[in-house]
Amino acid sequence: MEEKKILERLREKFPAEVEETASSLGDDLAVIDKGAVLPVMTYLKGKPEDYAMLLDLTCVDYRGEEPRFEMVYHLFSLTHNKRLRIKTRLPESDLLIASLTSLWKNADWLEREVYDLFGVNFEGHPDLRRLFMYDGFEGYPLRKDYPLRRRQPLIRLKD
Amino acid sequence: MPTRIQKQARQDTMLLNMGPSHPAMHGTIRIMLELDGERILNSEVEVGYLHRGFEKTCEHRTYFNLLPYTDRLNYVSPLINNLAYVMTVEKMLGVVIPERAQFIRVLMCELSRISDHLTCLAAMAMECGAFTVFLYKMKAREFIWDVIEQTTGARMTTSYIRIGGVRADLHSDFDTVLKKAVEETRLVLKDVHGLLDKNKIFLNRTRDVAVMSAQDAIAYGWTGPCLRSTGVLYDVRKAHPYLVYDRLNWEVPLGERGDNFDRYLVRMQEMEQSLRIVEQAAVHLPKTARGLIADGIEPAVAIKESRQRRVRKAIALSPNLEGSEGWRYPDILASATGYVVPPKEETYTSIEGLINHFKFFMRGHGIRPPKGEVYFAVEGGNGELGFYIVSDGTDRPYRLHLRAPCFHVVAALEHLIRGRYVADIIPTFGSMNMIGGELDR
Repeated sequence: MEEKKILERLREKFPAEVEETASSLGDDLAVIDKGAVLPVMTYLKGKPEDYAMLLDLTCVDYRGEEPRFEMVYHLFSLTHNKRLRIKTRLPESDLLIASLTSLWKNADWLEREVYDLFGVNFEGHPDLRRLFMYDGFEGYPLRKDYPLRRRQPLIRLKD
Repeated sequence: MPTRIQKQARQDTMLLNMGPSHPAMHGTIRIMLELDGERILNSEVEVGYLHRGFEKTCEHRTYFNLLPYTDRLNYVSPLINNLAYVMTVEKMLGVVIPERAQFIRVLMCELSRISDHLTCLAAMAMECGAFTVFLYKMKAREFIWDVIEQTTGARMTTSYIRIGGVRADLHSDFDTVLKKAVEETRLVLKDVHGLLDKNKIFLNRTRDVAVMSAQDAIAYGWTGPCLRSTGVLYDVRKAHPYLVYDRLNWEVPLGERGDNFDRYLVRMQEMEQSLRIVEQAAVHLPKTARGLIADGIEPAVAIKESRQRRVRKAIALSPNLEGSEGWRYPDILASATGYVVPPKEETYTSIEGLINHFKFFMRGHGIRPPKGEVYFAVEGGNGELGFYIVSDGTDRPYRLHLRAPCFHVVAALEHLIRGRYVADIIPTFGSMNMIGGELDR
């Protein structure tokens, strides 16, 4: 019997939350509703799906589109040897999404990085601070409206 | 502004600042420690001292131009960074590269991996007091880097692996140099095993220090030698084979306990496996019949001649372009036009070549992957080194994100040193192989 694909199972399990599934260039991906991040991830992490590893977590700024931001999660299952990409859109007016720190420990730093560079807030993160930039840094450098050459040094540069 | 640890520290404990200017912190990381005597109660790791906005910079460079930036990620094994980036773009474009180029890539990447592990373990051993080991390993690394330098033209900032293949073919003396490097590295590895494996001082500082369980390692997203030291079998080269790794015969060494010593041992054994791969790849490397053009005409003469008529004679290139002659392209670069830099001889001597050159480098032209997004990962020195690229159909990436393996490893540092002594930080941090360029991006 042919085993059902992960994307089909995900659709069946969360018919309302999964907005779109696709496979492009060998990568499986699912677009889900922003509010369903935590339940979907909890399901994926548990058996039998067993996506035990959060490989990566990042954000993309689609300036000019609505909703503007897109969170991208890369999961990996050691037992099935499969990667899975989960995406969800965030409007600029409501930059709040559930934190995954309760599921994966590396989500702590990854979410701090996204908070630092994109200004996305994570609900339930224990210690949401900037990771790379310093306290008092203005703006979010990886947003498309942050100029490439804008400088804001902590100590005044010599002329 | 008080940090988290300053706020929550107990009254009777001491706060100690380690780094960023501390020799064992490799210059780019700061650890705030809350100490009770020598014991670490809590700690806070602060990173970002080497943040240069790699991802932001890449969004403003063309696909071809941003390659040198990837050299500066993990600067000990730049070739693997090149490979990870290049293969991600190739996955988007669907380029097929020649077999010889694939073998050359494997060769260079494995040499890079050896140099990466050598550097990591050399620093770790030196920080534990084993200075001899440091010198031995640096010696071996010099031999490896000789091979890399003679092939790529640079020791660290190589930019050798290009979209569609590699920049230049191997030089004629490659086999001899490689053989010497492999032999010397084998000898050094044997010496180092003899110096450290049963060394009481080294064992006391590494055995059962900073033990990571397999569950925690997975929860922290560890990959590479650090994950394998906990006994989890995951190597991108085996799990998702790329290039010709599935055609070569090698094994994945695993640890048992996940402590500092296992991380040391796994890296040592991985180097031996890498040497095996290098030797096999050198044997299986498809032979090329195309040698140097010895009796060709001088480039300056050819350019002069091209002003009157089409140059039909072979042109001998200067030694610093050795291996990148147009007629060697079929061996080392994909044949699809538009993805690779046109040969210099044609650019300078024919109008078609000149047009191709401009079409490649002009703003808005050049490599333009189709709209979409892609994630591709290779096994870097520290683990899964992945690129996530979003393309909007133009000549520069809309978004480029690097999955840095040591980011996830260093994120677990606080967890590993909690309850240990201050002195345990040094070997623990050393065994993680933190590379600032990759961690802070």
